[in-house]
Amino acid sequence: MEFQGKELFRRAGIPTPRGQLAKTPDEVAAFVTANPGSWVLKSQVLMGGRGKAGGIKFADNAEDARKLATELFGKILKNEQNPEGEEVKALLIEEKVDIASEAYASITIDRAVKEPVAIVSAKGGMDVEEVAATDPGALSQLWIDPAIGFQSFEGRLLAFSANLPEGYRKTFPSIMGALYALFMDYGAQLVEINPLVLTKDGRVIASDAKVELDDNGLYKHPELADWKNDTPKDEDQAAAVAIGLGMSNYAKLDGDIGVIANGAGLGMGTMDAIRTAGGSAANFLDIGGGAQAELVKKSYQLVTGDPKVKALFINIFGGITRGDQVAKGIVEALSGNDIRKVPLVIRLTGTNEKEGREILAAAGMNPVETMDEGAKRAVELAAAGGA
Amino acid sequence: MSIWLDKNSKVLVQGITGREGLFHTQRMLAYGTQIVGGTSPGKGGTKIESGQPVFNTVRDAVAATGATVSIIFVPPAAAADALYEAHDAQIELAVCITEGIPAHDMLRVVATTAGMRIIGPNCPGLVSPGRALVGIMPGQIFKEGRIGMISRSGTLTYEIVDGLTKAGLGQSTCVGVGGDPIIGTTFVDCLKAFASDPETDAIVVCGEIGGSDEEDAADFIRQHLPNKPAVAFIGGRSAPKGKRLGHAGAIISGNSGTPESKLAAFKAAGVPVADRPSEIPGLLKARLATLIAS
Repeated sequence: MEFQGKELFRRAGIPTPRGQLAKTPDEVAAFVTANPGSWVLKSQVLMGGRGKAGGIKFADNAEDARKLATELFGKILKNEQNPEGEEVKALLIEEKVDIASEAYASITIDRAVKEPVAIVSAKGGMDVEEVAATDPGALSQLWIDPAIGFQSFEGRLLAFSANLPEGYRKTFPSIMGALYALFMDYGAQLVEINPLVLTKDGRVIASDAKVELDDNGLYKHPELADWKNDTPKDEDQAAAVAIGLGMSNYAKLDGDIGVIANGAGLGMGTMDAIRTAGGSAANFLDIGGGAQAELVKKSYQLVTGDPKVKALFINIFGGITRGDQVAKGIVEALSGNDIRKVPLVIRLTGTNEKEGREILAAAGMNPVETMDEGAKRAVELAAAGGA
Repeated sequence: MSIWLDKNSKVLVQGITGREGLFHTQRMLAYGTQIVGGTSPGKGGTKIESGQPVFNTVRDAVAATGATVSIIFVPPAAAADALYEAHDAQIELAVCITEGIPAHDMLRVVATTAGMRIIGPNCPGLVSPGRALVGIMPGQIFKEGRIGMISRSGTLTYEIVDGLTKAGLGQSTCVGVGGDPIIGTTFVDCLKAFASDPETDAIVVCGEIGGSDEEDAADFIRQHLPNKPAVAFIGGRSAPKGKRLGHAGAIISGNSGTPESKLAAFKAAGVPVADRPSEIPGLLKARLATLIAS
């Protein structure tokens, strides 16, 4: 969130407005009483567009600050991109700055070029995707060779090509250098300043801060263990983590046919096959590579725990995953009393297919031969179950 | 011929004594791959049960065996180091199976290991059927032949290859490029190699939603591969926007990476896109027949 990003900005030496995090209206009022003046109350949420959603308010005295804070705490901020909304649990109280100009600056990874790319625009304070769509010429891009690192001339190149107002020029290269250092030091996916404000008194300040870290790299920064990316963002992710899957290995969808597959590609392919067969997947679940019986069993329980699932299609093409482990997991799951049994279609091929089929046959189950056949059968069973 | 691997490729396994390393070493040996040894720091001088020597360092292993290919089975935190070590020992082709490597580690690795081809990370490896398999793919589904195959997924590749083999369409080389945001070898790199391989007649591109690899591949085919027919598949077309489904790469955000953008790119390149993996052999045969007729 913003306050976490700003903390990292301050450590990296990027100027930010004076501010204080608050978790109750009392804390807000106490701060403004102690520090008279004009303050901005900024809702700390992960979603973008919080200003338009009513999550940013201005207060000139403690009484107003308390009143506005009381309204904001517990409020669910919503917009088109986030129809479910996000609850406000913390406010950042920040110095109100007199804005002369707003710019945009970010660094992210360009997958195709395999290098960090810096993006700068004189159109700050707006949704950058919107700028990219409506006025792509306003965005200046520069790829940075990670073997060399960011150089001051690159900051000047960006400032001139983006036509940043003159007031930015002196400090912009060092701010970009600090932003790049932050990006590299923390192995970030994205660092973004929007807006980078030029104040009327000539200061350049990061008015907002966004830092997206890479979960895979978090082990290098134990001090950031409580960052939000590290923890599940919704119920699906929490459920996946609870049974030992990766956060992105399970997602609920709108249909009525449960899916368990090994591998994200095959999982998506299975959803597609169900759609082609005239049905609709109730979820995506990837048991990953090399899954043992226990994980298969827990995955079965997780998927059938969703009451809208009317049939389940388990589609396994074993490479690193072994067919006998999957079969064992299915048999163990079905032998439990505490599970909801739904019509089941199994497709099991690849590594240790023979052993897997023997285990299933001993339990009275006969797998189908192909993915198409399995998808078709699952669609029929779901339709019959729904009647 | 085939790309990057042949019958004489000498292969090392970095992490040969680990659970996965040992298991897949046996499977690669069973396939006929020349595994000449492996590394496991501290276990140098020993042998694994099937007789292959274990070395402390990649330098030692290369000096003793003349290996030019390495396959890496080490945990994510050690993977970048393993790639640097392979590069230091002048390995020419490094196949990195490891999943979960920080993206920045790979940014630095690809920027500083010129001269070494990296496949992956987070990939199933590659196979030139009848010659060598360097990866974790189930060898029995492949058949020697003249179709080149590239894929971002593991298991979906098996699905498609199985269909090709059953339809009598053998493969020259299959490469699983990996599902991570930063990978060493892209679809376009593979297509460049297939373009000059006289033993590859046609190509299957198995892509998925997210990123722009498919668009880039379509563009390359349109410009540079007029004589090698191609067929594509895009996994995840029924996925909802914004949901991240497993692969770090497979997330649709905004308008980039959408199935529509990929379909349009393949259409512009004259590459048919199969709705299901099972349609691929038929589409390929039709494309090959038209080429022969013309």
